[in-house]
Formats: sequence, C-alpha cells, structure tokens
Amino acid sequence: MMVKQKVMGLSGDEAVAWAVKQCDVDMVAAYPITPQTIIVERFSEFVANGEVETEFVACESEHSALSACVGAAAVGARTFTATAANGLALMWEIVYIASSLRLPIVMAIVNRALSGPICIHCDHGDSMGCRDASWIQLYCEDAQEVYDTVIQAFRIGEHPKVQLPVMVMLDGFVLSHTLQNVKILPDEVVKEFVGVRKPVEVEIPYLGGKVPLVLDPEKPLTFGPLDLYNYYYEHKMQQHEAMENAREVIETINEEYSKISGRKYGNGLIETYGLEDAEIATIVLGSTAGTVRSVVKQLRKNGIKAGVLRLRTFRPFPAKEIVEALKNVKVIGVLDRSGPFGGYGAPVFLETRAIFYDEDPRPVIVNYVYGLGGRDMHPGLVKQVYDDLQKILETGKIERHIKFIGVRE
Amino acid sequence: MSLKINLKEIALKKPLILSGHRLCAGCGASIIVRQVLSVLRGPTILVNATGCLEVATTIYPYTSWQLPWIHNAFENAAATASGIEAGIKAMIRKGRYKYDHVDVICFAGDGGTYDIGIQALSGAFERGHDFLYILYDNEAYMNTGIQRSGGTPLGAATTTSPAGTVIPGKTEHKKPIADIAVAHRIPYVATATPAHWADLMRKVRKGIEVNGPAFIHAFSPCPRGWRTPAGKSIEIAKLAVDTCFFPLWECENGVWKLTDRSLAVARNPKLKKPIEEYLKPQGRFRHLFKPENRHVIKELQERVDRIWEDLLKRCENI
Amino acid sequence: MSELKGWREVPIAGVCWKLSTEFKTGDWRTFKPIIDQNKCIKCLMCWVYCPDEAIKWDGEKVSVNYDFCKGCGICANECPVKAIEMVLE
Repeated sequence: MMVKQKVMGLSGDEAVAWAVKQCDVDMVAAYPITPQTIIVERFSEFVANGEVETEFVACESEHSALSACVGAAAVGARTFTATAANGLALMWEIVYIASSLRLPIVMAIVNRALSGPICIHCDHGDSMGCRDASWIQLYCEDAQEVYDTVIQAFRIGEHPKVQLPVMVMLDGFVLSHTLQNVKILPDEVVKEFVGVRKPVEVEIPYLGGKVPLVLDPEKPLTFGPLDLYNYYYEHKMQQHEAMENAREVIETINEEYSKISGRKYGNGLIETYGLEDAEIATIVLGSTAGTVRSVVKQLRKNGIKAGVLRLRTFRPFPAKEIVEALKNVKVIGVLDRSGPFGGYGAPVFLETRAIFYDEDPRPVIVNYVYGLGGRDMHPGLVKQVYDDLQKILETGKIERHIKFIGVRE
Repeated sequence: MSLKINLKEIALKKPLILSGHRLCAGCGASIIVRQVLSVLRGPTILVNATGCLEVATTIYPYTSWQLPWIHNAFENAAATASGIEAGIKAMIRKGRYKYDHVDVICFAGDGGTYDIGIQALSGAFERGHDFLYILYDNEAYMNTGIQRSGGTPLGAATTTSPAGTVIPGKTEHKKPIADIAVAHRIPYVATATPAHWADLMRKVRKGIEVNGPAFIHAFSPCPRGWRTPAGKSIEIAKLAVDTCFFPLWECENGVWKLTDRSLAVARNPKLKKPIEEYLKPQGRFRHLFKPENRHVIKELQERVDRIWEDLLKRCENI
Repeated sequence: MSELKGWREVPIAGVCWKLSTEFKTGDWRTFKPIIDQNKCIKCLMCWVYCPDEAIKWDGEKVSVNYDFCKGCGICANECPVKAIEMVLE
C-alpha cells in the first residue's frame, strides 16, 4: 500500500538525519568528523527544536560515542551514531565489542580515506578495515537509498534472528554533501515500519528461565564476562550464524519496505543492470555505481554486451547471489575503492575470486583499484576499465590481475 | 540525608556480590564493593571497567553479580554509563520504562581511571550525567601484573618502575585524581577507604543520591602488588589515613570537609604518624629504606605534608 | 569439571548463566578462622571487612562459611576482642 511521499532536497548526510528523526531513536551519541558532521548538526537541530524525543549525547571522542551506544543499547534503547575514517578507526575495539554483545546499534559511516596523510575525501578504506567485525555492512548509491537503508537498518539489526549492529555506508562528499531529491515517507508510516525495539530472550538457569537480553534490575544479567579458551570460539560461532541469518532478513526487509515506499534495491543484497546477456561486467560499491551504469548504457548502445553488479550488502557477502547473477559473464572487473597493500588484490576482489573458485567454467576476474582519497572516477576512467575487460575478452590475455585506475605514474 | 547504618540489619540482606569470585585473599577491592552494595537505595545498574574486579567476578559462565552488570572495555566505563543513563532517560520520557529511576554506578581501577580512562571520565563529568563513579585505587595495573599507573605513588616498586640500582622505583608523584574531579565542579567528590567503613558507606549513599556526577576515590590495598600479608589490608588502609598519605575528605558543591579519622587527626595533630610507618610494612617500598634511597622517603613526606596543609587550609569544618 | 556446552546451547551475547557460588574458593586457604563465640561481641567488624562474604550473620550469631573462606585473616586481624584465631588447617 503506497503512501504519499514528500520530496525534499537533501544531501546524503541530511537524509541520514531525517531517517534517524523518524525512526523513534532513543539515544544518539555523536562526535563530529568531516564529512559526517552534517548528520549530527542536522539532528541536533531537531533536538533543539523539540522535534524528537531523543537524548543527544555529545561525546568527547568517537570511542566514547560508540561506548555510550553500547550502554544505551544494553538497557534496551534504540540507538544511533555516525562517523568516518579515523573516527571509525578510533572506535575500532568497541566495534568488535558491540557486535559480540549482540546489540543492534545502527551506525552511518560516511566513507572517507584513513589518515595519513590526512585526507577528508572519499574512499572505502575505513569500512573495509572492519569488515570482519561481525557488523552488517550496507553500501548506498544515492541519498534516497541512504534514507531508505537507515530506516531498514533498524529492522534488520533488531530482527530476533539477527541481533547484530548495522553499518550504513555513504560516500564522503560525493553523497554526504551533494543535494538530491529524496522522497520522505510520512512520520507515522516510518514509525509503524520500525516499530518499538523488542529485546530477544535468553535462557538463564540462575534466573529461573527465559529473560529479556537487557540490563534489568529485576533480572540481573552479566554482560561482557571474561572468556577463556573454552568458550570464546563458541561465542564467535553464534555471531557467524547471526550473519548467515541476516541474508534472508535483508531480503525480506527490502521487500517489505518496497510495499510502503515503492522502492527496492535489487533483492536487498545486490542490484544488477544488463547482466542477463552481459559478457563483461564490473562489481562496484557505493555511488560510483551510478557512473558505471551510465557508461554501461552507452557501451550497450555501441553493441558491447556490458553489465554491472552493484553490491549493496557487503557483509554478509552475498556469494550465492553474485555467482548466480554473473554466471554467464566471461570477464569480471572488480572495482575496489580501497587498497591491497600487500594482499593479492583489494577486499572485494579477493572475495569475488574466492566465490568463483569452484565454478566450472570460471570467469576471468581482475581487480581495478580506484578512487583512493577521493580521486574522481569519472566516466572516462570507467570506460577505460570496460575497454580493458573487452580486450581481455577478445584476446584472452591478462596483462596484470591488479590494476590501479586514475593514479598518475 | 544522614544514613542510618545498622550492620546487624544490613548483614541480613541478600548479598549483591556473591562468594566464589576469584579475587585474591585479602583484596581491598572486594571489601569496597561489598560495602558499596550494602547501601544501595533502589534499582541499580553497574558498569565495570576491565581490571581485577571485572575479570575475577565474571569468569564465564560464572558470575558473582546479583545486579545488572556490564563490562564494555578498559577506558570507557564513564562513557558506557553515560549511554545507559541517557538511554534510560529517553525511554522514561517516552513512557516506555518500568522504573522511575535507576542508579548507575561505575567501578573502575586506577588504570582505567587515572590514565586510559580519564578522557571518558572528564567527558561524562562535563556532560553532567547522573551517575556515581567509584575508583578502586590499588595504585598500579594489578590485573596485568603490577605495572605502574598514574596512581602509583612516588618510590613504589612496580614491574614497570622496578626498584633498580640506578632508579629506585617510580619517579613521579601520584596524580591528584580526586582534585581533578573537584576541578570539574561536579556536585560531589569524596575519598574513602574500606577500613573506615561507615564513612565510606555514608559517602557512597550521598554520591548515589546526588543529582549529577559523583566521584569517590576509594583506597584499595592489594596484598599481592604491595607485598603485604593478606590479613593486613585493613590495617594498611588505617595507616594510610593516619599518616595523611590518603586523607579522608569530601567536597560537596565546592565546600571541602575532612571526615572521620582525618578530621580527628586535623583536630589533634599528635595523631598524625610519620610516613615511614605506612611504608615499612609494604614490600613495594622496602628498597626505600636503604641509605641511598632515603631521600625518596623525605620527598614523599614533604609531598604528603604539603597536600595535608592545603587540605587543612581549605576544609571548612576543622 | 562440568561438561562444556556447544555453541547452540549457550545464550547469545556471552551473558553468564551460572553463579560463582558453584565455585568453592574454600580450598584456597592454608589457615582457617575459628570464632570463639564466648569472646565475640557481635560487632560485625569481621562481616564488614570480609572480602569474600564468608562471614555470616543470622540475626543471633556470627559464623564462617568455610566453603568460600580464603583464609586471608583480615577478620582475625581486625576483631577488636581477638575472638578469631587463624589455625593451620
């Protein structure tokens, strides 16, 4: 049942703030860092004008901001924070702790290059750096998706079969500071969609049975004990299972959301264009997907069977879906906006290669590192990638598996 | 606001920290915690920084805690407490919380407070959250093997400030953490020891009842790290106060007062003992009694005296 | 040694599910405190100073919980009437 939506001119950061405003969040903790600052500024305005009933905690560092979210989430509150690059790097130990405590915190990451040298512009090195922290990671292409995804993130994380924190990524400056038309749902519709956070229950013998997983004086739980080698592994397995459960939940929420908004992002995990008969294709995350799609459209006009797969969910990695979508593609170029630095390729490339290993026949998979530190990936460079893929397709020869696009030699 | 402490009544209540924890025999921290938990006024949530107390009371799957308790990380007890307080505030405002009020208490060691934890502590003070932070100060990073911290006193031997032939123990004075708390102008700051239990309990209750941040610096003797016999922990705490090494005071909205034994010493200076009496029973200070290191004892005495004189000048109730 | 549980059997989020009272620290000690009830004035100093909640007050008298007493000797050291003696076990 579609509802009437208001169109607002919002930047990506503002879209985040609006989504948080409507999601009945109890506590927002924040520390400013470019390019995330507008999220917390806009949200503070909502607070100062009495438009939300959220407690705004202006923490003295990102580490404390996420720590405060852990505390609030542990008492059953719905909580949100946002950061970028070095802010994320500073809160790195708490990122792991938050997911181990199974707290459905939602955090917006405005992708920015990690220092040093200090660079405030966009790349994915920050969120890629904690890809194994057991957080769900969703990458957005435009401000509309940012708005929609933040709302969905609360539902995904709070789902009883998931109970994990969620990172929503938006490209620094490219999305965070660029004005776009964003369709905003009415307040009551969003409020109904996200509902009220309902803690799951755990079985505790000394408390006489099932109790809610929150800090409650009536049912005193002990969160964050010391694990020895006899139980740490088991606790990690539980997180692993939750990540596996998240796949289906992300798809379901994507579907449910489309019913109230008229918008869905592929199946929630991946979004494809032109892959039905593509011979060459790229995998890309974030805003660059828009540029790639326009280049693909152009190539198709010229008879090149090109396609693109936008990876919306990076964690959990949608192995099955990617393999299925690209099964007829012969040459795949994986676009990574973060560096390899000693790895045999950058993160997305490595995982893509791994999932195709058992396929027969195997496609050619090559890596194009691009856009580090906000280096523009304009259509000309994207076309360069596709020209390269086409050459590999025609000659069967691979110059190098890993290429760096856009860097001056 | 004067709390009636009747031990015979309190001792009949169900304990909120259970036996079976693995803290050392004679550990000051466990005595402090038992005394603190005996004067709670209602629903309470505890936040515990990484350290001896946290580790020894929650070896999975066992827990000694009979009230809701969370350990997050080492340096963020105050930040976690801020989040708990804010989250509850919001839920109460929205009419979605079953309690009218919950007290939030942090337990952290000197490691997690003086050094790595000072940022979060300062931030929480500045934001004015309603919580009580109790520092159990055993004067070193005891849990990781007795390394020096900002709370280690001058001359103490620790594993990272050992009593060597060239350098005799720690060469820096103890950071005045409670003074730092007072400088933040929070409503209530106090010092306490488990030996002076009535004083500690009264101050804890005050800290809980005060609206806004409260800080209690609790002296926590450590037989293992201080190389003292397990049975002497309370005795050592008494000596710390009698020698004015650890004076008992409280500062309520900027008004300083000496309390308990320290008030008695201020009123009768003959009760003040020389610092050597405090240092002698402790193995960590043994090297200071060598002739070449005696100057450290002198420096320590001077420091203690200066701080004591300052206190005498500013306390209003002597 | 109790049987270790599998990852599907333990509660999520690593929350504890047993009380430490199942772990008897009484076997740590070398000396045990013996209270002379005739000397005891029931001031409860032993209770207020015991690190392990191993001194019990039942409304009438004070006793030691030997399941958990670690034998630190603080109670004996602090008893104002010397009613507690630390005896080699």
